[in-house]
Formats: sequence, structure tokens, C-alpha cells
Amino acid sequence: MKVLEKKIKADVCDAPNSRIDHDKGHELIKYLIIGVVFGIVFVKAEIISWFRIQEMFRLQSFFMYGVIGSAIVTGLISIQLIKRLGIKTIHGEAINIPTKEFKKGQIIGGFIFGLGWALTGACPGPLFAQIGSGFTVIFITFLSAIAGTWVYGKFSDKLPN
Amino acid sequence: MNQFMEWITQPWPWYVAGPMIGLTVPALLIVGNKSFGISSSLRHVCAACIPAGIPFFTYNWKKEMWNLLFVLGILIGGFIATSFLANPNEIVIAEQTQAELSAIGITDFSGLLPADIFNWENLFTAKGLLFFVVGGFLVGFGTRYAGGCTSGHAIMGISSLQWPSLVATIFFMIGGFLMTHVIMEPLMKLVGF
Repeated sequence: MKVLEKKIKADVCDAPNSRIDHDKGHELIKYLIIGVVFGIVFVKAEIISWFRIQEMFRLQSFFMYGVIGSAIVTGLISIQLIKRLGIKTIHGEAINIPTKEFKKGQIIGGFIFGLGWALTGACPGPLFAQIGSGFTVIFITFLSAIAGTWVYGKFSDKLPN
Repeated sequence: MNQFMEWITQPWPWYVAGPMIGLTVPALLIVGNKSFGISSSLRHVCAACIPAGIPFFTYNWKKEMWNLLFVLGILIGGFIATSFLANPNEIVIAEQTQAELSAIGITDFSGLLPADIFNWENLFTAKGLLFFVVGGFLVGFGTRYAGGCTSGHAIMGISSLQWPSLVATIFFMIGGFLMTHVIMEPLMKLVGF
């Protein structure tokens, strides 16, 4: 029960996670490893390609729809299995999936992100994989994305939400 | 071994990549009760480096260190895949996409990213301003305003059956379609393509 009480409020962070004390030091390496596998998939399936994103928005290739669609189906089945079988974390805790509340930001912000997605050919994940793949100039895109995030944070209470 | 390398250096099909990406959702939940999401890492970088007393960035980012390691892993994974598992052939791009992009000034179709746009020489030009600075800003601002990106909303959100994430994803697509079909061509002319 103590673990559950440690849950943070949803408005503190967009990706609230149960903060667990054993996630310290070397325990964090597992996230690095999952990230590495993920980054390899991004490059090997050419998801980091600007051309793939153009094909998607021009409806000229099924590829990205296949990737995102099958990722959602896999995630959906996994979450249903976790819920129905009561699968716990490796530390024996109940798995907790935070609810996302509807805000106007999902419409306005989502639309703004979409504009940027088509221009850069990257959502935030592929940005990191592009830099790692040697497209070093994408570091500038990354810095600008940090700036965009910062400006949102600065004015978030003045924007419709 | 040779056969294995031949197989692994080929571009992976969507039905391999998609499920592998989808499996990140249960993997993160099971190893540490973490919700899959990538754009939050940008927020944690702000909180760690430039919080400037803004309430939105005043939280204990160290507790979100896992997310920063996750994205560092993505960068390292990109390096490994490109250095050791790279596809020896040129990327295959849909013919019609190539034709349409040629018509608006893209000439290089050999790499994963068009060299016409993504090179350091373009940094201090109108091209660089549009594709790196404006593009990156829209991604950072938009994802945070929306509270997530393709991973947090489209994949994690929809697969946990949350309708606000479906709304967000629909608007990601609307923004992308509008940019691709309406805004991009005049913008590219403007910056000198």
C-alpha cells in the first residue's frame, strides 16, 4: 500500500510514474538497455527517415501506418494481459497506468506538433536516434525542441487549456 | 553467421518493427511501472538545466532520470544500428513520393534524411531556420502542449484505451497533412528550394 501512496499527482508531470525507491544507480541501466533496443529498431526499420514520414503524410506507403498500427495492437494486447492476469512488476508491485485527462492542448498542441513532425520528419524519439546515427545537425533541431518545450512551460498558464 | 548478418542488415519490415515498439509498453511497465513516453525527456532537460523558477519545470527531475537514460539509450541504439548493422543499399522510397519531392526541390534520395536539407552548411540559412529551428520548436512546443507525442499518446495512450490520446493523435495527423500538402511547398520556395 505504501507504494501506491507514493503515486504522484497527475498534474505534476505529464508522464506520472510511481516513483519507486529501488530505481537508483545501476537499477536504471535497464531503461538504457530498453532504449538501445528501441533505437536500433528505429534505425533498422528506417522510421527515423524523413522520407518515411513524407510517404506517410502523402498516403503513398503503408509502412508507417503498419508500424504505428501494429505497435498499438501489441501494446493493447499487452496491457489487457497485464490487467486480466494481474501481472505485477519485477519488484512485485501492482502495475499502474495513469489516466490522461482531456485538455484543449491535445487539440491545439497536437496540431502544432503535427506541423513540426512533417517538417522535421521526426517525433521526439527518432530525433535522438537520428543524432546517434551521425546526423549531427539534428542536435540543433533537438536544442530548438528544448526551447519550444521551455517556452510552453513559461507560458503554460496563459494558454487555453 | 553471414546469413544472419545479411538478414539483420536488411531494412526491417513494419510487422517486425511495430510489434517490437509495442513491446516497449509492457517492458517499461514490468521493469519499473513506467509509462512509455519520450517527449517528457525534453521537459526533464528543461527542469535539469534551465528551470528559471518556472513552476512547470520545478519538480524533482532526478526521479525521472529513467526517462533520460531511456532516450540516451535510443541515441546509442541509433549509433549501434548505423555503425554495425547498416543497410548496404540505398533507402527505397515510394516512386510517387520521390517524384513529388523532386518537384519541390529535393535532389538527394540516397540517405535516410535528404542531404539537401539536413547538413551543417544549411545551419545559418533560411533552410536551416525553417527545418531545424522552426521545425524543432514546433515539435517541442506542440508535444508539451499536447502532453505527449507519438509514443505517449498514439502508442501508450491509445493502447491503454484513453480517448484523449486518440484526439491528440488525430490532430497530430491533421497538422502533418496540412504541412505536407498545403504549407510545405510555399515555405520551401520561400527558403530557396
